Amino acid sequence: MSAISSARPFAPGRVHIALELEIPSDVRYIERVVEVVKQQCAQFSYPQRQCCLNIPVALSEALSNAILRGNGDRSGAHVQVKVDVTQERLILEVLDEGLGFDFEECLTDPTEPGNIEREDGRGLFLMTRLMDRIERFSNQGNVVRMTLRRHD
Amino acid sequence: MSFAIKKQGEIVVVDVEGQLIVGNRQELKQRVLDELEKGERKFLIDFSQTGYIDSSGLGVLVSLSKKIREQGGELRLANLNDDLKTLFELTKLDTLFQISDTKERALETF
Repeated sequence: MSAISSARPFAPGRVHIALELEIPSDVRYIERVVEVVKQQCAQFSYPQRQCCLNIPVALSEALSNAILRGNGDRSGAHVQVKVDVTQERLILEVLDEGLGFDFEECLTDPTEPGNIEREDGRGLFLMTRLMDRIERFSNQGNVVRMTLRRHD
Repeated sequence: MSFAIKKQGEIVVVDVEGQLIVGNRQELKQRVLDELEKGERKFLIDFSQTGYIDSSGLGVLVSLSKKIREQGGELRLANLNDDLKTLFELTKLDTLFQISDTKERALETF
């Protein structure tokens, strides 16, 4: 895992941390990326609920999607993660090398009685429930951007 | 992240240490299925040492629960912290599993 830390100019009285991580497209790296992001948010004293539930679960889902759906079997593929944290909010961008997928089409409600015993179908649902905003766009790859406002 | 499996009476107790996520869910599934294959029917998964669970971890629990029920057995869960309880409530999986506050309570009532 490689990391580039860039200190952006701080606005007056406002601390801002930006990190870029790049990992091989392998699910074994997910936990380490999650730990890095949790540490950044903990430094800003984000609430425990967000550090231990919202951020790790939503980021794990986005990374899993990027690795398993986005990059798929592409050998030598990577996933990039951009982390942008302030006292007020966290923005995460996860970029894979795939063609993307229709987020809305893949988003099902796993809580419906017919879906409750399905093994899959909870990842995108959890991302939308645990983050305040999810956006998808293409930028030399497929990007998912997740925004979480700090809720004390 | 690892799993510890031990027998308490006729109940197979599985401790999930660390995360239950896409990278290790298959190991949990296989280890429980091996016990099911050996004839075990009562399973309790203890989450007292668990960090977070992702959707594939939840999916494995659902899958195991079905397979165990098909063999006439039962899978129960214990010791979910508040964050994990919220995860089960969000996905309504709290309606699918019998969840106990403590391992002792789960063992008593199995």
